[in-house]
Amino acid sequence: MDWGQVFIDGILAVLGPVTAAYAISAIGLNLQFGYAGLLNFGHVAFMLVGAYGTAITVDLGGPLWLGVIVGVLASGLLGLLIGLPTLRLRADYLAITTIAVAEVIRLVVRSSWAQPLTNGVFGIQGFADAFFDLNPFPASELYGIGALVVTGRKLWTMLVGWALVVLLTLLVRRIITSPWGRVLKAIREDEDATLSLGKHVFAYKLQALMIGGGIAGIAGILLAVEQQNVTPDAYLPKITFILYVIVILGGAGTIMGPILGAAIFQFLFFTIDALMVNAQANVAWVGSLLSPAAAGQVKLVLVGVGLMILMVFRPQGMLGSREEVLIDER
Amino acid sequence: MNADHPLADVEREPGVPKPDPVLCAEGLRRSFGGIHAVDIERLEVQRHTITSLIGPNGAGKTTLFNLLTGFDKPNTGEWRLNGGTLVGIASFRVARRGMVRTFQLTRSLARLTVLDNLLVAAKDHEGEGLWGALTGGWRGTEEANRVRAFELLERFGLDQMADEYAGGLSGGQRKLLEMARALMMEPEVVMLDEPMAGVNPALTQSLLGHIIGLRESGKTVVFVEHDMDVVQEISDWVVVMAQGRIIAEGPPESIARNREVIDAYLGAHHGEAAP
Repeated sequence: MDWGQVFIDGILAVLGPVTAAYAISAIGLNLQFGYAGLLNFGHVAFMLVGAYGTAITVDLGGPLWLGVIVGVLASGLLGLLIGLPTLRLRADYLAITTIAVAEVIRLVVRSSWAQPLTNGVFGIQGFADAFFDLNPFPASELYGIGALVVTGRKLWTMLVGWALVVLLTLLVRRIITSPWGRVLKAIREDEDATLSLGKHVFAYKLQALMIGGGIAGIAGILLAVEQQNVTPDAYLPKITFILYVIVILGGAGTIMGPILGAAIFQFLFFTIDALMVNAQANVAWVGSLLSPAAAGQVKLVLVGVGLMILMVFRPQGMLGSREEVLIDER
Repeated sequence: MNADHPLADVEREPGVPKPDPVLCAEGLRRSFGGIHAVDIERLEVQRHTITSLIGPNGAGKTTLFNLLTGFDKPNTGEWRLNGGTLVGIASFRVARRGMVRTFQLTRSLARLTVLDNLLVAAKDHEGEGLWGALTGGWRGTEEANRVRAFELLERFGLDQMADEYAGGLSGGQRKLLEMARALMMEPEVVMLDEPMAGVNPALTQSLLGHIIGLRESGKTVVFVEHDMDVVQEISDWVVVMAQGRIIAEGPPESIARNREVIDAYLGAHHGEAAP
C-alpha cells in the first residue's frame, strides 16, 4: 500500500485546473446563494452556456478570444433571462425554474435538432488550440517539485486557472465589502425589510444572478478549454449539487470559502479514489472483497461519509462563523 | 386638546379634511375574495402630528398600512403623499419618497451587525450601485453615514451593541433597532405597525418617548395600536377602523366616549339586559 502516492494524487488533484474551475464556479454560486440568498439550482447551465458559447464561436470560425467573450456574455445573459420572470416571485420559483432550465438547455444542446450548431451528443472538440499556442512551457516537458510533477501543458492551464481564481476572488471581495454587497446581504436576510428601506431588491437580485452566472461561465470555459472538449452530458445536475457542497463546505457567504471548499472536496475525492484503487490492487483482503468496479462505488460512499463528518463538526463550513449559524431566524 | 392645536377646530367625523394633510387617501378599497379588508372613503393625516390607527383585530389596519406603503395594491382608490400620487408606485420608491414603515413582527436583518442594519438604510449612497462599488469612492459618504448611525444608536441606547449581530438582540431591542433604522432614511412620515406589541411596560414607556421625539423632530407619525391607554397618552388624533371602514376620527378624549367605537370593540349588545 503506497500511502505516499495516495497523498500525492490528492495534492495534484487539488492544484489542478479542474479544482480551479470548480472554485471559480463556486465563487459565482457563493455570490448568488451565500450573499444574496438566491436558490439557483441550475448553476451547471451557466457553465454549459459559457463553454458552448466559446466552442461554437470558434467552431464557426471565430477567434478564441471572441469565443471567451461570447461565452461569458451568454452565461450572464442567461441569468437575465431566468431572472426577469422569476426574481419577482417567491424564492422557491427561482429554484424550480433554474433546475428545469438547466436540464432543458442540456437536452436541447444534445438533441439532433441542434446538431448543426452543437454537434449533438458528440460535442465539439479541439477549439482551444489558440490557448495552448500561447503556452510558454513546452507541452510535454515535466515540471515539478519533488514528487509533484506535471506536464508543461497542465502547468499552463493550472497557472491561468488559479490566476483567474485570484482575480475573481478579488473582484467579488471588492463588490461584497462595498455598500452594494451590504444591500445584497440585507436582501438575503429579509426582502420585505430591505424593500421598506428603499432598495430596489429586484435589480440587486438580477445583478447577483447575472454576475454569478457570468463567473460560472468563465469556469465552464476554463474546463472546456483544458479538456479541448465540450459534450452535453458533462453538464448533469449533479455538478450543481457538487458546487453547493463546495460552497457550504467552505462556508457560504465567506470570501475564501469557495476556494477552500473546492480544495477540500477535490482532495477528499481524489485521495479516497487513489486509496481505493491502491487498496484494491495491493491489499489482499480488500482485493478479494471488492472488484475494481465495486471499489469505485465504495469510494463514493466514503466521500459522502467524509463530507458528512465535516458538516457535523462544522455546520457553518470551514470558514463560516459559528455565531451566524446560531442566530435563530425570528 | 388645546384650542390653538391645528386640529382643534377639525370636525370629529370619519374622513374629515385636515388643515395641512401630508398623506391623503380617497376611495381606497382592497378586497380579498368577497371580504372588503379595506374600504375607505377618505382619510387625511395632518402633518407633524402623531395619528394613531386603532381598531379590533381584523379591522384592516395592517392592510391599510400595506396599501399606503406600496406593499399591497388596492382594487381601486388613490392616495397621495405631499400631493404627489402614490398609485402604482413600488414599495421601495414610496420609502425613498419619505414614507417609511416598520413591521408588526420586527424584521431585523439578523446576520448583519446592528451598525450595518442602520448603514444599509441610508439613502442615496453611491457605493450601492454596482459601478460605484467597483470604482470605490464611496468612503466619504460611508463615513458621514456612520456618524449619523452612531448618533441614532446612542439615542436609542444601542451604541454598545453596534458590532453585534442584530439577530442576537432581544425582542425589545429589535423594536428600537427597527425604529432607528427607519429614521436613518430621514423620512417625513413614519408608519409604525404595532411598535408596542409584545414589549414589556418599561420599554413601552421608552418607545412612547421615542415616538413623541419623532414628532418633535418634525416628522409625522402614524401608528397602529391596540392599547387605548397608550393611544390616549400620546396621540394628537385617533382614527378608528372596524371591518375595513373608518368609523370614527377625533382627538383621543373624544374617541374614548364615542358610542360606535365602544360598540366596535365590545360588541353592539353589551350592557343591554338579557332578553
